[in-house]
Amino acid sequence: MPRALAPETSTWPAENPQLIGTQCAACGATAFPTQQRCPRCGGGDTSDVLLPRQGTLIAWTTQGFAPGAPYTGPTGKDFVPFGVGLVQLGDVVRVESRLTENDPAKLAFGMPVELTFVPLTTDDDGQDVLTHAFARADGEKVAR
Amino acid sequence: MNDVAIIGVGLHPFGRFDGKSAMEMGAEAIQSALVDAGIDWTQVQFAVGGSYEVSNPDAVTRLVGVTGIPFTDVYNACATAATATQVCANTIRLGQYDIGIAIGMDKHPRGAFTDDPAKFALPQWYAENGQFVTTQFFGMKANRYLHDHGISQRTLAKVAAKNMRNGVLNPNAFRRKAIAEDDILNSPVLNYPLTQYMFCTPDEGAAAVIMCRADIAHRFAAKPVHVRAIEIRTRRFGAYEVHATSAPVDEDVSPTVYASRAAFEAAGMEPKDVDVIQLQDTDAGAEVIHMAEAGFCEHGDQERLLADGATEIGGSLPINTDGGLIANGEPIGASGLRQVHELVRQLRGEAGEHQVPGSPKVGFAQVYGAPGTAAATLLAI
Repeated sequence: MPRALAPETSTWPAENPQLIGTQCAACGATAFPTQQRCPRCGGGDTSDVLLPRQGTLIAWTTQGFAPGAPYTGPTGKDFVPFGVGLVQLGDVVRVESRLTENDPAKLAFGMPVELTFVPLTTDDDGQDVLTHAFARADGEKVAR
Repeated sequence: MNDVAIIGVGLHPFGRFDGKSAMEMGAEAIQSALVDAGIDWTQVQFAVGGSYEVSNPDAVTRLVGVTGIPFTDVYNACATAATATQVCANTIRLGQYDIGIAIGMDKHPRGAFTDDPAKFALPQWYAENGQFVTTQFFGMKANRYLHDHGISQRTLAKVAAKNMRNGVLNPNAFRRKAIAEDDILNSPVLNYPLTQYMFCTPDEGAAAVIMCRADIAHRFAAKPVHVRAIEIRTRRFGAYEVHATSAPVDEDVSPTVYASRAAFEAAGMEPKDVDVIQLQDTDAGAEVIHMAEAGFCEHGDQERLLADGATEIGGSLPINTDGGLIANGEPIGASGLRQVHELVRQLRGEAGEHQVPGSPKVGFAQVYGAPGTAAATLLAI
């Protein structure tokens, strides 16, 4: 059975999985992943909140070289460049995340994206370890 | 409160020095600053030392003299050297001592910085899935900035080419070879739109700056350089910064904007008063962005300014006249003190082949780095 790299950060393997963030009761700020106190006002009255699955790409780049330890993905000749972006989920929060697309020609500012889970590596038992990533949402035209 | 003046600067060249420790480089930088100021180590009343790799910069006293002075070690990421400079200046400003030294030294392993994410209040998965890479953030920020303000990737290449050309003129620089814009553009893309030759590299080196009460500076220096302001700021909630797992929808500006505004206000100056500028060019995009964040142009004007050569040594807005981080690399503890060293040389008219013409009177230096820390320094002669 595949497993999630960070099970506490999402509802995966639920159908249509969502990331889990923190919302502050005092000031309304939202952050990802969860944390005990609000990163804006420092208040302690926070609760978990399920984040929207769809969003738009606010900023993006590519990772063209293998990150150093403790990166667990393939390195050396097995390394495949990956995309990284800042994704705005509804009007709630922006989340920094891997993207499934690594070709700059196929990435665009404002592009609609959707949460998915992709294989990152395999563990000692040979099972796939999945990480969250955003993929271009279907049926939308990319305007650069 | 006392005014503060710089009476001596020293630098160990930046680069790779196999078999030589950061401490040895620090000791050499101290010695050259002492010679520059014309004083002995026994006259230095206190010291502030900055480093990332060295746990105890104060151990350098073993090599220069264990005189019993108060020696404060500081670490503040890419603002480490600016913090050492500020603590040194403020100690004199407050009247605690009359003569002090700020020292920075580092010796980094080759390659991009890596560390334990827990040390940055970040979850382990953020590193395990490949997001804990500072250059990724720089790529994202540069890419968005280019898109939002109509700046071309070629302008980034112009910045890198300019800084490497300036490095050719600076005997202390790490990279002393000019690289053509096309070769910069065609080098491997590390984090789109940033290519390999648009980035600085962590390396090795040391720098030292000796300061004293401005009213006694004439005893030591023919041309004392006055510390007009040093301001440090960290990110606010709305700023999307390096090492961020998430950011709010409502944006705030970067800490460089706040630090620069505060420095100009403290000095009673404006960006137009500045004659020579050192900006944190961790990558070419950072220099472009910091030009506007520090107040030297409007967002988007950089395309025209670079095309016109305004940021060249002989231009109207000379930036990174010693080659910046791109030509010198970044020994974190020493990098901001290299900027001060360069400004002091420029304001004294002693910068040699990379001297800005026309007797510059005011210099500005800015550093910025993880996890969203910036400093702005104003010096004047």
